[in-house]
Amino acid sequence: MAKKIESTLPNMILSLVLISMFMSAALAFVYLQTKGPIENAARQKEAEAIKQVLPEFDSDPASGQIEMEGMVIYNMYKQDQPVGYAVKSSTDKGFGGHIEIMAGFLPDGSIYKVAVLQHKETPGLGTKMMESKFSDQFPGKNPADFMLKVKKDGGQVDAITAATISSRAYCDALQRAYDTMKQLNDSIAGK
Amino acid sequence: MGNLKFLTNGLIRENPSFVLVLGTCPALAVTTSGINGLGMGVATTFVLLCSNTIISLLKNLIPDKVRIAAFIVVIATFVTIVDLVMKAYTPDLYKALGIFIPLIVVNCIILGRAEAFAQKNSVWPALLDGLGMGLGFTLALTIMGSIREILGNGSIFNIRLLNESASTILLFVLPPGAFVTYGLLIAIMNKIKTKLNL
Repeated sequence: MAKKIESTLPNMILSLVLISMFMSAALAFVYLQTKGPIENAARQKEAEAIKQVLPEFDSDPASGQIEMEGMVIYNMYKQDQPVGYAVKSSTDKGFGGHIEIMAGFLPDGSIYKVAVLQHKETPGLGTKMMESKFSDQFPGKNPADFMLKVKKDGGQVDAITAATISSRAYCDALQRAYDTMKQLNDSIAGK
Repeated sequence: MGNLKFLTNGLIRENPSFVLVLGTCPALAVTTSGINGLGMGVATTFVLLCSNTIISLLKNLIPDKVRIAAFIVVIATFVTIVDLVMKAYTPDLYKALGIFIPLIVVNCIILGRAEAFAQKNSVWPALLDGLGMGLGFTLALTIMGSIREILGNGSIFNIRLLNESASTILLFVLPPGAFVTYGLLIAIMNKIKTKLNL
């Protein structure tokens, strides 16, 4: 067995430099290899989320992408007929902080479907916002005449039992999505 | 065949989770479902296997006084590789495990095995030890994740056992449930070990 090299200053420096260089090279290689797939995965995820919340469409999400007030709105078409808007909205009012949703609106402003993209809510309580019992009360409603607030706060939304904060946050994110979408819609109509 | 004991060592006799009680942070935090436990276990196994092998190969080139720094560079490299690969090919699992993937760097099982085993042994035993320890950790995390998922969510590996409205013991997917499950599993492991006289 070869003898271990001694802990002299030049040896230590040389050894660490060599190891670091070799490892950086390995990392650079992996980074280049995975760069494409990572971007693809993110884009696919986005497209899938839009598909969940809007009726069938055939336009490319990237082409109808508009950024407004920190939110991203996707204006989707099918054979050049508007299908609706998908709005990526978020709120920091969740029980576990940040919640990100994708909300789909039909051209008339009513909600088509809502999907939760990211959350840190309590499993089994706040996570019920993704279950049909709660989320089914939104599709078909138009926030113009449907108060997006839980009943405790004077609105029309049935909150999840023991997860009022999550329910409030969900409504908040949805309301902001609607407001932004409305603003965009008005500015287009006003042109 | 004498080398085989390095492989089985980590599975039961020196199981990193149940016997050495190392790496408890990821063991408690990510095991809310079977698939999370399995994913975390596999990621850790890969890092452990690679770092043990490389450190064992380089052991004569690393001066004693800077060994920890060198080990950390090697370990961090493999963790970053796992991080990038999971982000690219298993985005859902990546999201579920979140911060705990980068935190594999500071998992004491990995540095512990590098320090206690890999730097004193030749490549082949070090590789087997890494694999054995990794599998032991994976086994522990998968069992914990499955138990918590069954009791807390009524499903296993995302396959529903009970229908969605059935009431489950929520406590088990919450942090306290992790401690309860962990404690009970360690007790059971100790009982089995005494019975089998291992």
